[in-house]
Amino acid sequence: MSEVTNMHSGAMAGHAVHHEDHHGHHKETFVSKYIFSMDHKTIAKQFLVTGIIWAIIGGLFSVLFRLQLGYPDQSFPILETMFGHWAAGGQIKPEFYYALITMHGTVLVFFVLTAGLSGTFANLLIPLQIGARDMASPFLNMLSYWFFFMASVVMLSSIFIQTGPASGGWTMYPPLSALRQAGDGSKLGSDLWLVGMALFIISQLLAGLNYISTILNMRTKGMSMTRMPLTVWALFFTAVLGVLSFPVLLSGAILLLFDRNIGTSFFLSDIVINGEILPNEGGSAILYQHLFWFLGHPEVYIILLPAMGMVSEILSVNSRKPIFGYMAMLGSLFAICILAFLVWAHHMFVTGLNPFLGSVFVLLTLLIAVPSAIKVFNWLTTLWRGNIRFTPATLFAIGFVSLFISGGLTGIFVGNSTIDIHLHDTMFVVAHFHIVMGVASFFGMFAGVYHWFPKMFGRYLNSTLGYMHFWVTMIGSYLIFWPMHYQGLAGIPRRYLDKSGWTSFNGFPELDKMITIVSIIVFAVQLMFVFNFFYSIFKGRKVTTKNPWGANTLEWTTPIRPGHGNWEGEIPEVHRWAYDYGKDGREFIPQDEPIGENESKH
Amino acid sequence: MQTFFIIAILGLGFLITFQIAKASEYVAVLRGEEKARKQTNKVNAFMLLAFLILGLIGVWYCNEELKGKILGKPASDHGVLIDRMLYITIIITFIVFLITQIALFWFSFKYQESDKRKAYYYPHNNKLEVIWTVIPAIALTVLVGFGIFYWFKITGNAPKDAMQVEVTGSQFKWEFRYPGKDGPGGQGIFGKRYFKNTNEAKGNPLGQLWDDPANHDDIYISGDAMHLVVNKPVKLVIGAKDVIHDVGLAHFRMKMDAVPGTPTTMWFTPTITTKQMIKDSGNPDFVYEISCDQMCGKGHWSMRGTIIVETQEEFDAWMATKKPQYLVANPDKDPNAAKTDSVKTVAVVANDK
Repeated sequence: MSEVTNMHSGAMAGHAVHHEDHHGHHKETFVSKYIFSMDHKTIAKQFLVTGIIWAIIGGLFSVLFRLQLGYPDQSFPILETMFGHWAAGGQIKPEFYYALITMHGTVLVFFVLTAGLSGTFANLLIPLQIGARDMASPFLNMLSYWFFFMASVVMLSSIFIQTGPASGGWTMYPPLSALRQAGDGSKLGSDLWLVGMALFIISQLLAGLNYISTILNMRTKGMSMTRMPLTVWALFFTAVLGVLSFPVLLSGAILLLFDRNIGTSFFLSDIVINGEILPNEGGSAILYQHLFWFLGHPEVYIILLPAMGMVSEILSVNSRKPIFGYMAMLGSLFAICILAFLVWAHHMFVTGLNPFLGSVFVLLTLLIAVPSAIKVFNWLTTLWRGNIRFTPATLFAIGFVSLFISGGLTGIFVGNSTIDIHLHDTMFVVAHFHIVMGVASFFGMFAGVYHWFPKMFGRYLNSTLGYMHFWVTMIGSYLIFWPMHYQGLAGIPRRYLDKSGWTSFNGFPELDKMITIVSIIVFAVQLMFVFNFFYSIFKGRKVTTKNPWGANTLEWTTPIRPGHGNWEGEIPEVHRWAYDYGKDGREFIPQDEPIGENESKH
Repeated sequence: MQTFFIIAILGLGFLITFQIAKASEYVAVLRGEEKARKQTNKVNAFMLLAFLILGLIGVWYCNEELKGKILGKPASDHGVLIDRMLYITIIITFIVFLITQIALFWFSFKYQESDKRKAYYYPHNNKLEVIWTVIPAIALTVLVGFGIFYWFKITGNAPKDAMQVEVTGSQFKWEFRYPGKDGPGGQGIFGKRYFKNTNEAKGNPLGQLWDDPANHDDIYISGDAMHLVVNKPVKLVIGAKDVIHDVGLAHFRMKMDAVPGTPTTMWFTPTITTKQMIKDSGNPDFVYEISCDQMCGKGHWSMRGTIIVETQEEFDAWMATKKPQYLVANPDKDPNAAKTDSVKTVAVVANDK
């Protein structure tokens, strides 16, 4: 039935959106089609490609500082060739090291995993999976990308200025980030960081409001909220989190800009720096941390929820089974979304926070483990008695679950304030959040790219390269981050670029070398993926059927290369949820197929 | 040269990989995609199982290799509680880790695609959902219970007889102040400070107010270890001059931020002397270290202080060699100033560090 293409249908499903028939003949210039495009699919690709470029930059930074960590005494002349005075004598200077880790964190958390991940898939999947021709406001959608682009330009430019980019850590705690006297990275680089972040937040707000209104208002006929695929639900909660929490960071960034440039004292008090006595009194440095983490913690879920949504969808499609416990999955997403706002101070257990307040945050933090556990058990049960096809997307989804378990469990360590006293700001934390938020979300993103690449470009990614990509990344991630927990248990603080001067922390030189070598290999394999990505856009194997994975959701009812407007003819009507796999002996039943007379209920 | 060589090898390896990948895709098309897909499906299913087994062996091996290098004996009473909490958590989470990871990879292997099987339509089961909501909730209640119990013990008020030391961080050094013997019971009272009084050149690096008599016997220590008395509770009063630092004491398992403008405190009881630790660890260079655990600028990684834990007698002997900063900054007030010119010079030199 989805093959029916009624080119001259006048009746539209509900709302008046513009239509391929009427606009198809308009001349689309290169600029309107690929640059200032208002087509959500093109904007998705723009987010993805920009995200990939940022990921290469951010990943390269990590390779550079891993070189320092693994080989603190060795000199690499090529570094001086590339970075000049930042790596005089082929050794990374401390200022450069801190600039690298700061930008690595900023770039990957915000520019790659927020914009590149949720920006890409929210844009691509929301209209396609709910049956809409485009976003509620295609223009705002375009603006959101271009604000992101401007943020990128500002952030990137900070890397090339004389005093270098911000180097106070990705959290940018004042007074370090507020006082020019505190270091090179606290000079112009910090202003650019704050301005770039403000632009970025505007981009996220425009995008988030658009996603929410699209999901609430533009679902096709029959697509009730509880028939939506879990991807759309996850993207919905992501948008809600972003819209409610990003403005708080914006306020923090702006107040910090004021403190830096017009002499206010929001975050500054009682400061004597390098013998210079500053006039500021009465501010609170901790206030900034509250503002930062009020976004910063939901941010973790902004990154993770889209990955969870896509993993749910991909595991269900490829194990040819419905997702287990749809309503429980939904409930746990909702619970995570609420709790995400109530746990921020667990990043601040040792700032002198009132211990009673600390205990409340322990309770709420560990509570998040319950919905997380529900999700894991439901994914496991989805695989159980399935008939699993291991596409690269499936493998990355399974890898996601494995990493989410490992990283989630270490969250129970650091979320418990008693243990956090010892582990706070050590390598344990680095290992924990890289596994659960960094690598796991990347796995979700890769799963999404492999799964929806055919929809984006009408071609497949090379799957042999895909399998290699998965296996090296999976093994590499565990080799890098699993032993790192032990460094943290030994008390090694994070952001230490050379530990040889310490008697307590100098026990792991071999381990640091191993981690460095593995991270270089993993980075090289990511470059291979990037190559595969761009090569396959032009030369990949062509998709020949509309629904190559045998999936139920609506995006697979569009033409192989859908134009602006997505469906030729009418938008399909939805008659069922998205997960009728293996029902009544049929392998899959698409959402737009009416309920049969003798069909069993679920 | 070596670098270019490595890059060349990487490039070549990449080219070969890519050619193989391209060829395998052509072969797949020639042999029939369906058949090729089933072949790779089996390979990947097997690899997942292998990953589980090798991974678990790896987890064991990693622990064998590294367990001797972590933690060591906790050197404070609070450290014992924190380690106990840590081991309770490790046991519970490791059980969950094993069950879920084994299930994940075993299911993936066992239920790989097969023509003989049809996927089982199993959309939900409320009983199961309740079970795996309640069990984690109970496990977490246990962890939260222990956690908060220990947390309140650790963060509660310091005992009244605790000695006090003030710690001040700045880029990139630690300074200490002892309150002397004034106040009831000889506990010592810290004299008042105001940051605008800070004047290193005039011997007042902490901005002490000399009008406050409590300041007159306060001892200032810089460029030396903090000395603590074994089995005597100590309360640290922590502050910073410029940016946020953090007093990290890995062996005592303690940590607290040093925030400019907002003093913080923490207390603990060191239970093992430095000498004892040297003997127990077999490491003649052993020393308790203070690490800065909060990013504070380019010297963050080297912002190191040391602590010596000793007996009361040793501590008293050390303290007897110190002179209140009040007298260093105001030599005219020092009754012994006339005859101890040499001491003054030493103190000034120490200050300049």
